[in-house]
Parts: sequence; C-alpha cells; structure tokens
Amino acid sequence: MTTTVDTPRVVKATPRTRKRSATSPLRPKRSPLLTGVMVLYLIYTLVPLVWLFISATKTQNDLLSSPGLWFGQSFAFFDNIKDTLTYNDGIFLRWLGNTVLYVVVGAGGATLLATAAGYGLAKYKFAGRRAVFAVLLGAVAVPGTALAVPTFLMFSNLGLTNTVWAIIIPSLVSPFGLYLMWVYATDAIAVELLEAARIDGAGEVRIFFTVALRLLAPGIVTTLLFAVVSTWNNYFLPLIMLSKPNLYPLTVGLTQWSNQATGVGARPIYNLVITGSLLTIVPLVVAFLLLQRFWQSGLSAGSVK
Amino acid sequence: MSASVALRRRRGRFRQDGKGWVFVGPFLAVFALTFLAPIGYAIYLSLFRDQAFFGGTVFVGLDNYTEALRDPKFWEAFGRVAVFLVVQVPLMLVLALLAALAIDSARLHAAGFFRIVIFLPYAVPGVVAVLMWGYIYGDNFGLAADLNDLLGTTAIQPLSGSWMLPSIANIVTWEFAGYNMLIFYSALRTVPGELYEAAAIDGAGTFRTIRAVKLPALRGAIVIATIFSIIGSFQLFNEPNILRTLAPNVITTYYTPNMYAYNLSFAGQQFNYSATIAIVMGVITAIIAYVVQLRGSREAL
Repeated sequence: MTTTVDTPRVVKATPRTRKRSATSPLRPKRSPLLTGVMVLYLIYTLVPLVWLFISATKTQNDLLSSPGLWFGQSFAFFDNIKDTLTYNDGIFLRWLGNTVLYVVVGAGGATLLATAAGYGLAKYKFAGRRAVFAVLLGAVAVPGTALAVPTFLMFSNLGLTNTVWAIIIPSLVSPFGLYLMWVYATDAIAVELLEAARIDGAGEVRIFFTVALRLLAPGIVTTLLFAVVSTWNNYFLPLIMLSKPNLYPLTVGLTQWSNQATGVGARPIYNLVITGSLLTIVPLVVAFLLLQRFWQSGLSAGSVK
Repeated sequence: MSASVALRRRRGRFRQDGKGWVFVGPFLAVFALTFLAPIGYAIYLSLFRDQAFFGGTVFVGLDNYTEALRDPKFWEAFGRVAVFLVVQVPLMLVLALLAALAIDSARLHAAGFFRIVIFLPYAVPGVVAVLMWGYIYGDNFGLAADLNDLLGTTAIQPLSGSWMLPSIANIVTWEFAGYNMLIFYSALRTVPGELYEAAAIDGAGTFRTIRAVKLPALRGAIVIATIFSIIGSFQLFNEPNILRTLAPNVITTYYTPNMYAYNLSFAGQQFNYSATIAIVMGVITAIIAYVVQLRGSREAL
C-alpha cells in the first residue's frame, strides 16, 4: 500500500514537529503515494455530495439534459430553495419544525436519561446492578427495527400513533449513549470528589447536577450529538407510526416527495427532493464540524474499554 | 494518561445503597416501555393466529414458528442479507481499518482534513443518502447514465436485478465506513507512545508495528464494530425500501427479512406472523452477535 521505511529516516524529515508525538516518536516521512490513495477515498466520499450540490442549482429540465457533475444552463439554486420552502403551503418548513421538535425533546431527553443512568451505574453499587447490565446487553442485540411492529401495535392500543409521542418516547432510549456515558463517568469522576461533596452536606441529586455534570461535559456532547443524528435520521419509526403528513419529519416527507414521481398521476418534483435533501444535510454537517473537538475526545474515551 | 489510570484504580469503591436507582430508574422505565414491553408483546402475538372466517384470534402455540422456518420467502430474504453480511461487512471494515491506519500513520498530508471528510457521510441522513445514490444510479439524470454515454454502452445498470445488492452495499459502505474508521482511529489514539518507541528500538518496521502493536490494540474496537455491522445488516430496511420506488420489479416485498415483516404487517395485516418473523430474526441476530463477541474476547486472552 505504501513505501516501507524500515528504519527511521529522521535526517531528511523537515524540522516541523508533529503535534501528536504520542503516536509515534519516529516522525516518519510523509508519503505522497499514501496521500494519493487516500485522495481516491476522499473523492468517493465527496462525489455524491458534490453531485447533490450541483443538482440543487438546476431546474428540472436542466437535471435531465445536463451532465450530473457540471452546472446546467440556468442557475436555479435560490429559486429551488424558495420553491422547496413554499411548495404545498410550506409543508417542508412544517417537516423541518417537526424534526427539530423530535430532536430537541427526543435526543435531549435521551441524553439526560443516558447521562443520569451511566453516572448511576458507574458511581453507585446497588442490588440489581449486574442484572441491569445483562438486560441492556441482551436488548441491544435484538434488532431495533424488529421491535417496530410490536411497538406500533402497542402504541396503537394506547392511542399514541399519529401523535408526536409515538416518535418522542422511543427516541428517549439510547443504549449506545448509556454505554458511552457509563464508560466516561467511570473515569471522569473521582469518588473522592463525590465523598467530599457529601461531607459538605449536598444531596445525591444536587451532587449530580452541580459536580458531576460539568465533569461529564465532553461525554455528554458526544452522546447528544449521536442521539441528535439518530433522531434527525429516524425514518422507520415515523414511517410506521405516522400517517398524517403534517406530523412527518423531513426524512419521511422527502421520500413521500420522491414517491410522487411514480405511480398514477405522477408529479415528479426532482429538483425539490434534491434541494430538500441538501437542506436536510446542512444542519448536521455544520453541527459536526463545529463540535469536532468535543465528540472526538468523547469517542476516544468511550473506546478505551 | 497517568491521571486516568490513577482514577481507574479508585473505581473499586462504591456507595453501597439504593440511591443509584434514582439515576438509573428513569432510563430503565422508558427502556422497559420501549424495549422490553414490545419484545414481550411480540412473543405473545407470535403465539396466536387470526381466524379467517370467524374473526378474533386463536392460540396456536409454536405453529407460527414452524411456518416461518419453512417459509421460502423468509429464507430467500435471510439468504440475501446473509450474503450481504458476508461480503459487505468485511469490505467496509477493511476499508475503514486501512483508512484509520493511514490517518494514524503520520505519513499522510493533511490527516485531520481526511479524518473529518471521510467521517462526514455519517452526518448525512440515511434517507438522503439513499435518495441521492438512487438518483445517481438512475437513467434519468444520474451519473450512471452519464458514464454510459461517455463509454457508449448501456452496461452500467446499478438498479437492475443482479446489480441491486452490490448497489445497496455501496450505499451502506459509503454511509458507515467513515464512522467505523473513526471508531478504529479513536482506539489507535489510546495506544501509549512508549509501545511505539519500544517497537522502534526492536527494529520493527511500519507493517511489523501495525501487526504487533496496532492491531492488538484495535481488537476490542473491531469486535464492537463487527457486532454493530452484523446487527445493521440483518436489519437492512431503509435502503431497499426507498430504492423500491425506483426499481419496483427488482425489489420484492420480501427483499430483506425486515421488509418482509414490515409488509406482512402494513400491507397484509398479518400482525401475528409478522411478529414471529421479527422474533426469529432477533434471535438469530442475538446468537451471531453473541458468538462474535465470545470469539473476539476469547482470542484476546
């Protein structure tokens, strides 16, 4: 895959010091070949996104007549955005609002529950602790989507289908988040600190909110980010739980638009599906880029185990 | 590093009382409602069957299970995701592993840039990824059509019968290779620098170091990534279900076990049998995940 350097050739290396000296003290030479191979992978990653962006600038006619990776005759990017946001009385904005609601309440709640539970499991010993762990592990192995049908029937009996609760309640549980917070809390909080707070007369809940939460912050950001992604991307659950379009999140709404292109009375709105897709991606990409520092450190801590 | 080691040594001491339930309780309550109750309900449902003429349901014991195990549609779907699992998961994980090793190797220009961009597809909603790739695959305005024009053929048909499974595999790989890369990379970052120094003093080259130091350090991460990927493959639903609009003749209603269960419920109203299929798949997935975990941790010893 790359040129091997059997002995450290420090001599020729530029004097620039490596930021992460912990990885390797050898300061190996940078390899253009390896970089070249990785550029291929980079292109594979980026081509669909570039295609999406370019396609979002085209009218429906241009989509059909111009090459995929180059611009068409007109530059309809802003018209497309306007049309996407106003089509069908602005249903897209409604879907965006729904998605935000599901994300804020669902992912926010999931993070809070996972953080509290991870902290509880890491810092307290109580009867049944082992059983909790076993049940969790077993349940995680069960395919989440396989639970969807019985969950739907249950919620249907409870009268919860076609309400926002049908999406929010299942989103509140994040076993992965719990695992991450458990591992993170184990190392990030010294038991002595908790003891000191207890001696000062603080209650357990108060200690959690005033002492523990701050120490857990990087782990919390990571858990939150991954919960946001899974809620934002949720498709299967809303697909089966909701039949009213005005409760749809973006994912289900977009596929419904896409489905308009086929069948009886087909009304293709490819340009809107594409522009809507682009608008759906942007918030998450921005969040990941801005919060890089947090989730990367949080993930490394989680993978120590 | 030494600080966290010191912290971990103190892990032994706990508070010995029930106060932990205050923190664990809320999670478990919702967990019970959204995980345990549906599992129990599915098992209950799977023991009954709708009566065709009289209405209502009748207890049939394990009949639904024997029917499922003899159901050619179920086995066809199962076989498809099994092939998918055996081919796509190793390819994706090897790609992720090579990328993680390359980014960690310090031989790469702009390693940080590669890391973030390769991870980026994870932030793209699965639905959007499928819609995007679906259009790209298509004849209308896709890159597949462009490529065919360029080469003067019609050979590239990603949405046709024999291409479909690899086309889906490509979408899944595109979505998740970067995520797995990051898991592996995070594990590599926890290798203490002294190990590399020791390897260098022993005269180990790049590949020797990878084999003797890096891969053992990655074992836990590889086991976890494998388990998650196995679960993901058996649950395959979004990609084929969305592509079905573009290729209705290629993707059947029982293309994957999950699609089968879904369509049994929502197109066929066969809730009891659908629950049975879901449970059978759940049990198979759990067994395979358990075996992988067991083998992974035994080899670690």
